[in-house]
Amino acid sequence: MPSNKSVSDAPITQFINCRILRDNELQREDLWVREGRILDPEKLFFDEQGYADKRVDCEGSIIAPGFIDVQINGGYGIDFSQASENVSDGVSFVAKKILEHGVTSFCPTLVTSPPEVYHKVTVSFLSVLPQVKVHDGGPHGAGVLGFHLEGPFISAEKKGAHPEKYLRTFKSGGLEDLMEVYGSLDDVAIVTLAPELPGSQSVVRELSRRGITVSLGHSAADLSQAEEAVQHGATFITHLFNAMLPFHHRDPGIVGLLTSDRIPAGRTVYYGMIADGIHTNPAALRIAHRAHPSGLVLVTDAITAMGLPPGRHTLGQQVIEIQGLHAYVAGTKTLSGSIATMDMCVRHFKQASGCSVQEALEAASLHPAQLLGISHKKGKLDYGSDAGQNVENDFLPFKLPKISVYYPESQRAH
Amino acid sequence: MRLVILDDYDLASEWAAKYIRNRIVQFKPSADRFFTLGLPTGSTPYGCYQKLIEYYRHGDISFKYVKTFNMDEYVGLPRAHPESYHSYMWNNFFKHIDIDPANAHILDGNAQNLEEECQAYEQKIAEAGGIELFVGGIGPDGHIAFNEPGSSLVSRTRVKTLAKDTIVANARFFGNDLSKVPTMALTVGVGTVMDAKEVMILITGAHKAFALYKAIEEGVNHMWTVSAFQQHPRTIFVCDEDATLELRVKTVKYFKVMTINKTPKFVWWLK
Repeated sequence: MPSNKSVSDAPITQFINCRILRDNELQREDLWVREGRILDPEKLFFDEQGYADKRVDCEGSIIAPGFIDVQINGGYGIDFSQASENVSDGVSFVAKKILEHGVTSFCPTLVTSPPEVYHKVTVSFLSVLPQVKVHDGGPHGAGVLGFHLEGPFISAEKKGAHPEKYLRTFKSGGLEDLMEVYGSLDDVAIVTLAPELPGSQSVVRELSRRGITVSLGHSAADLSQAEEAVQHGATFITHLFNAMLPFHHRDPGIVGLLTSDRIPAGRTVYYGMIADGIHTNPAALRIAHRAHPSGLVLVTDAITAMGLPPGRHTLGQQVIEIQGLHAYVAGTKTLSGSIATMDMCVRHFKQASGCSVQEALEAASLHPAQLLGISHKKGKLDYGSDAGQNVENDFLPFKLPKISVYYPESQRAH
Repeated sequence: MRLVILDDYDLASEWAAKYIRNRIVQFKPSADRFFTLGLPTGSTPYGCYQKLIEYYRHGDISFKYVKTFNMDEYVGLPRAHPESYHSYMWNNFFKHIDIDPANAHILDGNAQNLEEECQAYEQKIAEAGGIELFVGGIGPDGHIAFNEPGSSLVSRTRVKTLAKDTIVANARFFGNDLSKVPTMALTVGVGTVMDAKEVMILITGAHKAFALYKAIEEGVNHMWTVSAFQQHPRTIFVCDEDATLELRVKTVKYFKVMTINKTPKFVWWLK
C-alpha cells in the first residue's frame, strides 16, 4: 500500500543508491518524486503513511537538477531566428534533442533580426515570437522558459556576427521602440542590450519592472555605464569577454561588474560563460570564476550546426565545416559559432577551473534558475521543486558521464 | 534478570541488535501475527539501529511484519524539527528499512488533546496484542523513557514534565540553550513497559554507571524508575564495561561468565 491517498493518488517514485545535489553538496540520500515534484519522504511516511510505488536503482550515480540553458540559438539544423511556417516544431525538435545533454529548460535565443521575425504581421505564420509560448518540459522535450532576445538594441562596434542593417537604437524613448520591434514581450525571459545606447536606462527599468531579465552584451560600455545599468535593474552579462571591451586595468568595462562595489545590496550580477574551451581561454575562465564564483552561468550559445556530424553542412546562406568541437566558415579558420553541448560545457568547466562537481553542476542549474528568479521551482532538488532531473555517472575528468533525464511519471525521457 | 556485559559500545550495540534480530526471526512474523517491538531514542541505541539496518540490507531480517511503538516524544516541538523523536526515528531507522509506515507508531506531541492521545496509544498497544520486546535506555537519573524520579511504578502513558537533569542532558541537542529544550513530553508509563513480554535495557558509558548500580543492586525505588524491572520476569540489561564501573566486582564476575557462554549465534539458516 504505497499511500493512504490522503494527499494524492499519483504514483511515487523513489531513486535509491544515488548521490543528490542538495544544499550545495552531494548527499547520500534517496530522491522521492510524485507528480513532477520532489517529495519530502518524512512527511510522506508520517502524514500519509505512504512509501514508494516504484524504485529506481541509480547504481551510485549523481542526481543533479536539470540543466538550464539561457542562450541557445538553435541546433541540429534548426535556426530559431529563421522565420518559417512551423517555428514551434523546430523549437520542439531541439527541445527534445537537448534532453540528451541534460538540459531540461531553455531560453530559445533570437539574434538581431528584421521586425517580421518578431512580429505577427499578417495571418501567415512567418513570425517567430508569437508561435512559441512558455511551457514546462516533459519526456517530450525540455521546457521553454521564454525567449532570449539578443539584439537588435546593441552596439554596432561590438555586433559580432549580428547583421548590421537590423541594429536599432532607442529613438522614440524606450518602451515604444521595444514594442515596435518586438511586438509583444509576453513570452520573453531575457533581453540583451548595450547600455551605452542613449535612452537605455528607462528601457532597463521598464523591462526589469515586467520581470524580464536584462542582460548587458554586444556593447562597448565602460564600467560606470555598466554599473548604472545594473542600478536600473540589469542582472546578467551576455557571454562574458566576447563582444565587449576587453578588461583594462584603468577601465575594466563590463568585465569589471564581477567585482564592482557599486552593485545594489542583495543583488547578484550573473554572467554567461561559453565554456567550450574555444570561445574563452581557460585562464580567462578561471579568472572570472575565481573573481565571482557564485555568478557564473554556463551557456552554450549553440548555433544551428550544434549536434550535426563532422563535415560540411549548408545552413541557410552559409556553408559550415565541423571539425571536432570547432565550427568554421567552410574553407577558413573563422569560427562561426559554438557547437558545444551543455554537458560538454559542464565537464570542461570543471576540468579547467578545478572546481568541485557540485559547483560545476550548480553553474548549469542553480545559477541560471537564480538568474531568472525561478529557483523556488527549478535548479534545485529541494522538496517541492519541479522534478526534471539528471542522473549522471561519476564525474571523472576523462570519462564521459552518461546522462539520463527522468521526468515526473518516471518514464525515461532519454 | 540477565546482565550482558560487552567490552565496548560497538560490541554492546551489536549484541543488542543480534538479539532483536534473532527474536524477530524466531517469532516468524506474518500478516496474521505481527511482532510488536518497543523502541527508544537517544545516543545509546544509535549503534544498535545502525546494526539492524546492516542486517536488513544483508537480507537477514525484514520489518514487513513488525509493528513498532516508540517510548516517548516531546510536547510542542514541531514534528519536522530535527530534534523531534519523529525525525530521529525517520533518519536513523525507518527510512533505511522496509517497515510499513502504518505500523510505525510514535506519540504525537502536537495532538489537540494530549490525554486522549496517550489513551489512544495505550489502546493501540492493546489492539496489537501487547509488546513482545520493549527496548529501552536509562537516563543518568535512572529514568526509563521520561518516567522521571518520583513517577509511579505502575504508571501508564501520560504527559510528564521533564526533570532539570533531563533538560540539562538534552541541551546539547538544542545548541546548549536551555530555553530551547522542551519542558514536557508524552511518555509510556513504567507500567506500560512492565506489561511487555520481555524488556531489554541498553546502558553504555561511565556517566550511566551510577544509575545502573541504583537500578540493579539497590531496591525497587520510584526515584530510580528502571529499578521496577527487577520485578519483571524477563529483563535483559545490555551494557559496556564503563557502565559497570559502580557495580560490585562480584556482580560483574557472575554475569560475565554467563555472557561468554550464551552469546547469540549468527542465524544462518534464514537463507
